[in-house]
Amino acid sequence: MAAGIVVTKHTKDSLGEKEMTDQPLLQFKEDISIVLCGEAGQGIQTVEHMLTQTLKLSGYHVFSTEEYMSRIRGGRNSTLVRVSSNRVSAPVDRIDLLIPFSSGGVRHVQRKISSETILLGEKKIVENEYQGDKFIPVPFSEMASEVGGPIYTNAVAAALLAGLLGVDQEVFNRYLRHYFSGKNENTIQRNLEAAKRGYAVSEDLLKSGRLQIELKKRDEVKNEILIDGVEALAMGAIAGGCNFLSFYPMSPSTAVAVYLAQVSKEFGIIVEQAEDEISAINMAIGAWYAGARGLASTSGGGFALMVEGLSLAGMIESPLVIHIGQRPGPATGLPTRTEQGELLFALHSGHGEFPRILLAPGTIEDCFYLAQKAFDLADRYQVPVFILTDQYLLESHYNIPSIDPARIRIEKQFVETKKGYKRYQLTETGLSPRGIPGFGEGLVVIDSDEHDEEGHITEDLDLREKMVNKRLKKLDLIREEMVPPELIGPDHYKTLILGWGSTYHLIREAIGRLEMEDVAFLHFKQVYPLHPDTMGYLKKAKKTVIVENNGTAQFGQVLRRQTGFNVDREILKYNGLPFSVEELADLLKSAFH
Amino acid sequence: MDIKRYDMEDTDIAWCPGCGNFAILNALKQALSELEIQPERLVVVSGIGQAAKAPHYYRCHLFNGLHGRSLPVATAIKAVHPELTVIDESGDGCMYGEGGNHFIHTIRRNPDITNLVHNNMVYGLTKGQASPTSLPGFKTPVQREGVFHETFNPLALAVSLGASLVARAFAGDTRQTKEMIKKAISHKGYALVDILQPCVTYNKWNTYQWFKENTYEMDPSHDPYDRMEAFRRASEVGKLPLGVFYLNPKPTFEEKLSVYQESKEPLYQRSLDTQKLSAWIHSKRGL
Repeated sequence: MAAGIVVTKHTKDSLGEKEMTDQPLLQFKEDISIVLCGEAGQGIQTVEHMLTQTLKLSGYHVFSTEEYMSRIRGGRNSTLVRVSSNRVSAPVDRIDLLIPFSSGGVRHVQRKISSETILLGEKKIVENEYQGDKFIPVPFSEMASEVGGPIYTNAVAAALLAGLLGVDQEVFNRYLRHYFSGKNENTIQRNLEAAKRGYAVSEDLLKSGRLQIELKKRDEVKNEILIDGVEALAMGAIAGGCNFLSFYPMSPSTAVAVYLAQVSKEFGIIVEQAEDEISAINMAIGAWYAGARGLASTSGGGFALMVEGLSLAGMIESPLVIHIGQRPGPATGLPTRTEQGELLFALHSGHGEFPRILLAPGTIEDCFYLAQKAFDLADRYQVPVFILTDQYLLESHYNIPSIDPARIRIEKQFVETKKGYKRYQLTETGLSPRGIPGFGEGLVVIDSDEHDEEGHITEDLDLREKMVNKRLKKLDLIREEMVPPELIGPDHYKTLILGWGSTYHLIREAIGRLEMEDVAFLHFKQVYPLHPDTMGYLKKAKKTVIVENNGTAQFGQVLRRQTGFNVDREILKYNGLPFSVEELADLLKSAFH
Repeated sequence: MDIKRYDMEDTDIAWCPGCGNFAILNALKQALSELEIQPERLVVVSGIGQAAKAPHYYRCHLFNGLHGRSLPVATAIKAVHPELTVIDESGDGCMYGEGGNHFIHTIRRNPDITNLVHNNMVYGLTKGQASPTSLPGFKTPVQREGVFHETFNPLALAVSLGASLVARAFAGDTRQTKEMIKKAISHKGYALVDILQPCVTYNKWNTYQWFKENTYEMDPSHDPYDRMEAFRRASEVGKLPLGVFYLNPKPTFEEKLSVYQESKEPLYQRSLDTQKLSAWIHSKRGL
């Protein structure tokens, strides 16, 4: 998997003095890892976006993810872009090409710089922080100011990298025009000029033979979809019929709301920024009551405020979809970092007893399909459904072949009411037909107090018991339709690695590097209730290792409580960052010994 | 419309005999019947408290939610199904205490809902603690030396926030209360009616007699479109003015929502255009 890099002796020189050697300084064959680092507000995301999209359009598999500080300007942030001939969907520590945009950037990623890492950038930024011999100076700001100012550094850099990687300049320019389509012609022209200069540098570098990049392009990739978890989740929600979103801004969930707001007119969605999360969840419940499909999207701290509303949904048997974009807590924690820390909170939140469903997408495709399914499940079983993502998953991009909104048929579950309608009519299954006000002749009465079949407040304790049974019984129905865990690897495994949610591709790639025949990976996309096959999978293993991005192996605890099974080893990470493939492979190796 | 259309069979009303809530219930039913609002087209949202039980005692669609959280629910219902008449009915603790933040921001949002607040200046359901509207010096088992917090003035606050309609009624005057409720329901936009009512069990100070002596109906010469004047009247202490303090016609929350720009159809009647979404996803493939 590692890039094949061939190094020859060379001396530091400027671009003008081309050094011709028989052998290339660097040669990339399969998989390149590029890291862009700089300050917030410098536009690294623009470079990331232009680069990844044009690479994908050229037939490369791409993956990118960001880590950044909680600030608007300044700080030290980095973006990883992996470019490969094969599908890549997880972060690596290795840096093949490092492009620092501000001083401090090199130091920020120091730990990951190896003797093989090549640096491309400004002398004044790099020279104080890097003593190695793999530095290729590129006067980005000089080139940008020739075009019109530092803002054009982004287009220069993106074009240079695209050029190095063999993106056709015509394709790059077309994408650039598309990307800046909202701007005036002057801005577009200047960016095109910046791109021209970036391409010229890349040509010089390639001609000099100092960099050789021989990644295979794949035609079938060109037409794939390159999106991040946010976009996939938002589109999945729309596919699930979501037409109401209420939220209070909180990283990393805000981007979902922003996305839905941007397409709200297109897809007929009411998006309301509430005064607080308490209001947001009550609005979402009110929206379901009146016949819409409401989403409450937040992070752990915001969900803490929503807990009372969750309990309301449980009592009144309202469908509800709650998205929690997890980040490290407690309290404000690390606002822009990642963690799988809210599983137990989501599972046990809310006063009183009521059923719920917890989904945890592992891939971009899962973000879409599980968001869609969440609305369907919520409506069918009249229960709250959680979607647990995290900063890492939401803000990772990679290309996927396709997503198809027609895979799940969305049917509205509410009924036209008749005179004498009873919202909580006692039935065999515990499910009562859900009416909505203004559709039919009946009255739809709901109460957060214990209620009778009509929905009116009651203190009849026999009825109370019946109503508790009615609500809890729905869990049996829910158990009939669960997302099964996915087994990756041989059926006859000795060691079983367990994971849930966003670690899917990380664990897959790390296991791939181990090249061990009797290791399999079981990934859970539904973390509550557990699929009935779960115990069978666990019992077959001689040894089990659980991998979680939290400090207390929360899913391991769920497994223990739900099945009585104790996992042998835990691999946990809770410093706010996702695992890297190399790190996890090493940890797995040592867990096997 | 026959007022009996709102009557429920076999209701076990939980209020104390002589409670001001009975008068408000009566006035509301009269208002609804005079406005010919069918129970099937009426949604009442309430919170928790003695006042919040009111909609259990007349026929309507009812969402009796959490303490203090009725306004966000009412706003969402109206936004999703604007053809329905939506009333939010609860007490002073629910609306001005627990739900204070929602009160502020619902006024700013301006949904076309009617907000009826039964204001008895005391917490009844929890047995007699002070409310945000309790008067200074009001003694309770908790506020033993008497309330020393500034009294919450919902009307002045609502005027200051540019509420679309701000009114006050006294439950002891059914005719006036009914008129205020009718005005509020007929008004387009958020309409607050703060309804003074005695609590016969826990508030021995602000009694029927006290309210009679300490309220007066505003002169018809009061100009409700004059915000400064409305604020001045709403700020009066001592004898409390009754009537419409302030009118501020403006577009409602629902009217501003993009979903109703091309079609007025409530959301429940709409379906997702899957082809449109597929085309949208397809557009992500490239240029």
